[in-house]
Amino acid sequence: MKAGIVIFPGINRERDMAIALQSSFGTVPKMLWHKHTDLADLDLVVIPGGFSFGDYLRCGAMAAHSPIMRAVAEHAAKGGYVLGVCNGFQILTEAGILPGALLRNASLRFLSMDTHLKVERADTAFTRQYQQGQTFRSILAHGDGNYFADDATLDRLEHENLVAFRYATKSGDVTPEVNLNGSARSIAGIFSPNLRVLGLMPHPEDLVDPLMGGIDGKPLFDALAAA
Amino acid sequence: MQTQVNESLARSFGLSAQEYNQMLAIMGRIPSITELGVFSVMWSEHCSYKSSRVWLKQLPTKAPWVILGPGENAGVVDIGDGLAAIFKMESHNHPSFIEPYQGAATGVGGILRDVFTMGARPIANLNALRFGSPDHPKTRRVVDGVVRGIGGYGNCVGVPTVGGEVNFHPSYDGNPLVNAMTVGIARKDRIFLSAAAGIGNPVVYVGSKTGRDGIHGATMASTEFTADSEGKRPTVQVGDPFTEKLLIEACLELMATDAIVAIQDMGAAGLTSSAVEMAGKGGVGIELDLDQVPARETGMSAYEFMLSESQERMLMVLRPDREQLARDIFQKWDLDFAIIGHITDTGHIVVRHHGVTEVDIPLAPLNDQAPLYTRPTVDTPKQEKLNPARVEDRLGLSRALELLVGCPDLCSRAWVWDQYDSTVGGQTVKRPGAADAAVVKLEGLKRALALTTDCTPRYCLADPETGGAQAVAEAWRNLTAVGARPLAITDNMNFGNPEKPEIMGQFAAAIRGMAAACEALDFPVVSGNVSLYNETEGKGILPTPTIGGLGVLEDASQAVGLALPPWLDIVVIGATIGWLGQSLWLREVHGREDGAPPPVDLAAEKANGDFVRTHILNGTIRACHDVSDGGILVALAEMAMASGIGARLWTHPRDIPGHAFWFGEDQARYLVAVPDHANFTRIAEAAGIAAVRLGTSGGQDLTLPDGGTISIAALREAHDRFFPAWMNDGTKKDTP
Repeated sequence: MKAGIVIFPGINRERDMAIALQSSFGTVPKMLWHKHTDLADLDLVVIPGGFSFGDYLRCGAMAAHSPIMRAVAEHAAKGGYVLGVCNGFQILTEAGILPGALLRNASLRFLSMDTHLKVERADTAFTRQYQQGQTFRSILAHGDGNYFADDATLDRLEHENLVAFRYATKSGDVTPEVNLNGSARSIAGIFSPNLRVLGLMPHPEDLVDPLMGGIDGKPLFDALAAA
Repeated sequence: MQTQVNESLARSFGLSAQEYNQMLAIMGRIPSITELGVFSVMWSEHCSYKSSRVWLKQLPTKAPWVILGPGENAGVVDIGDGLAAIFKMESHNHPSFIEPYQGAATGVGGILRDVFTMGARPIANLNALRFGSPDHPKTRRVVDGVVRGIGGYGNCVGVPTVGGEVNFHPSYDGNPLVNAMTVGIARKDRIFLSAAAGIGNPVVYVGSKTGRDGIHGATMASTEFTADSEGKRPTVQVGDPFTEKLLIEACLELMATDAIVAIQDMGAAGLTSSAVEMAGKGGVGIELDLDQVPARETGMSAYEFMLSESQERMLMVLRPDREQLARDIFQKWDLDFAIIGHITDTGHIVVRHHGVTEVDIPLAPLNDQAPLYTRPTVDTPKQEKLNPARVEDRLGLSRALELLVGCPDLCSRAWVWDQYDSTVGGQTVKRPGAADAAVVKLEGLKRALALTTDCTPRYCLADPETGGAQAVAEAWRNLTAVGARPLAITDNMNFGNPEKPEIMGQFAAAIRGMAAACEALDFPVVSGNVSLYNETEGKGILPTPTIGGLGVLEDASQAVGLALPPWLDIVVIGATIGWLGQSLWLREVHGREDGAPPPVDLAAEKANGDFVRTHILNGTIRACHDVSDGGILVALAEMAMASGIGARLWTHPRDIPGHAFWFGEDQARYLVAVPDHANFTRIAEAAGIAAVRLGTSGGQDLTLPDGGTISIAALREAHDRFFPAWMNDGTKKDTP
């Protein structure tokens, strides 16, 4: 599995992502400047977190129009793996690669804290090393993570089993109290219909080393390395 | 601009009559208004340190590991593995009161630039914040704006905000303190300095365009506030963290080449101070053509260009054969890049605009003859030592503890931290609240830095010398409490009007105390900032010499936190006599802010700290927390709340009243959790270190020696209540 990380101006979690990918893949991921358009030699394209173009328009809206995004869409259409985390998830929705949108957090404040995610399906290239229904700890760090889509889209996501993770208590209860950003149906991440594209708000890449407080995020990268 | 320059205009620019005459002597003619602007900002308190320089010289600045002390943009220390830590703290107090969001945001931006200017990648931010009374009608708005501003800027540039302080006191009602600290890492053989060199070398402007914002910010920061100060909002700059992020990446990319001769950020007094300082330090001249400066608006005058404090701008001197290389890097990052002048051998700063020479000032006298004042000082009268036996134990232990852990100065700061990205970069080993100091690992290495900010302003008011020493000692203690070897500090001296002898007396005494502590603890000052005139309507703030401390851990995995593990013995290191003067217990229970503050025994600090560090690194100590505000019982409650594990406490020594033993704020103490107290206290005794067993951890309650019991859950509820309740109220009222 060869991985590349897309760098838009203002992206800031590319180093975290590179560390996580390298620790599972054993190889250094390629850094891809946003004006780059050739993804032919890559299996996995990762769009990391940050504030692309300052998020001065809607989050991710400017990045969605960068030259590389057409190549990312083609890569996805061909069945290539794409992972978008935080700003990366916002960019994927703005580019229309994943449905829905990420709105301001319900609290109208930036949220930087631990959360628990419930694994909604464990039979994908991203989640195979988690158990169905288990929870794992992950880090939130965003101002706009409030997942929104119309009811028909939400119904379809649920019907087609494309919800990847939901915000939950440690013991796995999906409650409004732990849905801190106010996401529709507590959705923290979603898959594309072919299960090759995953977008999520929390940061599994920041929990891959016990020194940093845990390795709850590592199974996601280990699973990709084995895919 | 045809305005006639005269003494009264100079006064309105903040120059005294004497300073005006000195300027005339240097110039030998009536200066232009732009020249007057240059003099007035370069000789402002903010840029010239004219009231504080004589005192700052007393601070120790050297140690074998200090690479660069005060004088550059930031201090530089050797941290091993061929690396240097570059760090500094700086205030943005005045702007943060006028416009809390932008004031705090640009404070973060400014201190970041001071650090990456020197070639360092910023790896951590900290913020020491002091606000007015929670009951004051403006405090909520200021807290909300400052916290949002720090988060808005720091989160976007992608530098984790890992620590700091938040305190309240009515003396900050009209003058909050926002002290921002940045720490960066560079190869120690790749440090970039600001001294210009190379006659004919191009002077290059990069970053954002120049607008009319922030003109005379440095002068504003050098005067007291009056009722109409909020009308000065246009002198506050507007931050653009996105551009800052690009500037960091572009500068670091260029710094990996050999293109840069000298570099300096444009901070206070903008183009003026960066050009004057670069050429002055290099002993050369500099010529600027303002027609080449990228401008955000049209029709700007030379005066406006030179005095603008538009953010996210840098000035560089490049090797002439590397111009294209540099231009390509900045273009890649979509940043402005313009050659706006060159280095000369004239020793003058010459500025042209539309073909007219607007400024021609000899640099040597502008720098060397900057005013320097030894202002009169008056000592703060000593307060009497409080006899603890004569202060009534009005509430008993458990009720007083609940009150203390819930009070604004000791309650949970999670509401604040939760708005700061503390994990970006993936190297944060100890996040806010997890330990006495933040611990940030160096990417790819085992090594980590420990970082803290500290000051106890109420001690400083009661006895500035003791308070100054205490601030340094507490920073040293907090670094020690995670297992780090403390290396150096940056200081941010926040005081009132230096023209008042009692204020200058506070300043001088605080410096004396700090110097003694730095000396005794081998903990030199490598950078700093002075903020004076922190007064509104003639009312000064508590003297606040904020200390930012930096230490190193060779192996990040050896760092300990404060969360109390179960089934261990709890031991207090350091002698307790039960000092209640200036304690938070006295303030919260009795409403009294009096008595002498606890004395600082620097020999005991050193011995106790070295003992604790040794036993953290050899694995004996499993959790550690320094004893400060609120004394032993508050420290223990904080350890218990961090883990959810309770403790059973034994009785206290008979010769000390219970409330004094458990809430007294004697210095040089640590609470530690160890597996075998008998063996541990024996080793301590043999080393001449006071060590007393307090109890044993376990269960979910705190069982107090007077028989009272509080559940950890109840403590947490009291601890977590204040901020969300207070601010939710506030946001409803204040958000449109």
